[in-house]
Amino acid sequence: MLNNASQPDHAVGRSAIDPHRLAQIERRNRRERWGRAWYKFSRNPLSVLGLIMVVTITLMAIFAPFVAPYPQHAEPFTDFANASKPPGGQYLFGTDEIGRDILSRCIFGFRYALVMGVAVLSLVVPVGVLLGLVAGYFQGTIIDTIIMRVTDIFLSVPPLILALAVASVLQPNLTNAMLAVSLMWWPWYTRLVYGLASALRNEYFVVSAETIGAGTGHILFREILPNMVSPILTKMSLDMGWVVIIGSMLSFVGLGVQPPTPGLGTMVAAGARFLPDQWWIAIFPALAIVVVVLGFNLLGDGLRDLFSAEES
Amino acid sequence: MSEIVLRVEALKKHFVVAHKGLIRREPVTVKAVDGVSFEIGRGETVGLVGESGSGKSTIAYIAMGMYLPTSGTIYYRDRDLFREKKRPLDLKREIQIVFQDPSSSLNPRQTVRQILELPLRIHQAGANRLEEVVRLLDLVDLPAEVMHKYPRQLSGGERQIVAIARALATRPSLVVLDEPTSALDVSVQGKVINLLIRLQRELGLTYLFISHDLSVMRNFASRVAILYLGRIAEVASTRQFFENPQHPYTQMLLSSIPVISEEEEKLRPAKVVSSGEIPSPVNLPPGCSFHTRCPYVMDVCRRVDPALVEVGDNGHVARCHLHEQPLAQK
Repeated sequence: MLNNASQPDHAVGRSAIDPHRLAQIERRNRRERWGRAWYKFSRNPLSVLGLIMVVTITLMAIFAPFVAPYPQHAEPFTDFANASKPPGGQYLFGTDEIGRDILSRCIFGFRYALVMGVAVLSLVVPVGVLLGLVAGYFQGTIIDTIIMRVTDIFLSVPPLILALAVASVLQPNLTNAMLAVSLMWWPWYTRLVYGLASALRNEYFVVSAETIGAGTGHILFREILPNMVSPILTKMSLDMGWVVIIGSMLSFVGLGVQPPTPGLGTMVAAGARFLPDQWWIAIFPALAIVVVVLGFNLLGDGLRDLFSAEES
Repeated sequence: MSEIVLRVEALKKHFVVAHKGLIRREPVTVKAVDGVSFEIGRGETVGLVGESGSGKSTIAYIAMGMYLPTSGTIYYRDRDLFREKKRPLDLKREIQIVFQDPSSSLNPRQTVRQILELPLRIHQAGANRLEEVVRLLDLVDLPAEVMHKYPRQLSGGERQIVAIARALATRPSLVVLDEPTSALDVSVQGKVINLLIRLQRELGLTYLFISHDLSVMRNFASRVAILYLGRIAEVASTRQFFENPQHPYTQMLLSSIPVISEEEEKLRPAKVVSSGEIPSPVNLPPGCSFHTRCPYVMDVCRRVDPALVEVGDNGHVARCHLHEQPLAQK
């Protein structure tokens, strides 16, 4: 009986090699991690509100043709009989000066706002992160100097001016506005990641991988990068809001989305002429911008709290 | 001593910490390691002791290739570790290290399995990695299920044991132990030391053991080298070191170990009172670097730096003017 005590150990050892059991344990671990993360996240009602807003906006943007009451109003369309109707009844947010439903156009506006944000971030984050990672890991070498000085040059140009300059040299449209914003945005990621990477490279697990003989690629992407996912994700969420604001600014001054396409900034610009009497033409698109930015900021704050709680 | 595994030769490492002077900028250096030589035989455990800043970890890091020596070199079985600019993989395989703090030496984003698979992937292509991970965990007496855990789910002792398993994964012949127990609870220290002793016996490992804990040293090392401000003060077999210390610094350190029983009190050398502070490594005093604190300080100590002289059997050497004359004079 007594020597049975060593039995369970061996049983565990053998079962751990069994691939099915292994996959099972890994699945369970993952589920537990997500469960814990969600529990922490859901403690803050504002974070949950942010998540709900972001999910709702995203769904509305994707399914805009089905959600919007008058999808054809997002295209070239006029209905002077119903022009400048105040909110209520048939048109929940009212109509603009040529009779287009503002609610429908706002829902389509979400589309362009999100496309802008997603496109800019998916351009900016890989570039910025990669440059910061390389510069941070090779801190003190010529690689670091070149990358970081170029970054400094980009950071020293006032961002909106740079975007305005680029957008006005190129043809004013959504694609060029995205390019302009991307050009001014990547250095922030390089800076963030550079700071993190130059701290992490001295951690003993990185040194240890080096003494084992791991290659630079492994060290950059397997050892260092996974340890800075949280700050990068948090910054991305907060930046979505900022990119939407900058995009709307460019649209507002006529360098972004062109009418009749319903960009939120374009709509505010067009409606501003009718303030204050027909306030709804400008105010509702402006509120739509606020909702997008607020949603992503609340989500970003929630993520930051979640990650900082995880660290400690 | 049989086969020499590691030979440290006149090793120097000077760090530039600042520059002085406005026009002719002269570098201000810290002589972290200043001409250290010693040898480690196969199967031996050589202990490096010394206060903080004595250069013991620097020597370990140079051996691992984390720093390049300012001058001097280290040989691994007659291969100069610094002949090539980048250390070849087969040399990296032979020399592995266990760091002091296991919570920083294990990647918090990787499971134990991933941590142990890295050295296997690099050095044992073709092996069944999963089986090898299980074998490694078994070797260090951890249950195989530990492989699914993240470092934060393990205790400090378990983490350090995982770090030891990782060091063994490449099947090295020399393991550098950089204060492997000083971040652990006293209750776990013994367990880890016993594990290291068993692994040494089973795998025929050679250890370079760095510590400031003299009682751990006594139970673990076969030879002890004591460092003071980047230079070797005394080297002796562990027995000689503790029973018949020759350098005043060694005597001072040994007499400062707190003891409980009377038996231990008898073993302790006569109390040597330390006076003064450890000098700044930036601005070393002339002559013997220990003269500012030495109770036997003589005139010559302030002017002339003593050389290492033989003071006993089995390569017992000390760097002290007291021993340059015949032993009897003491």
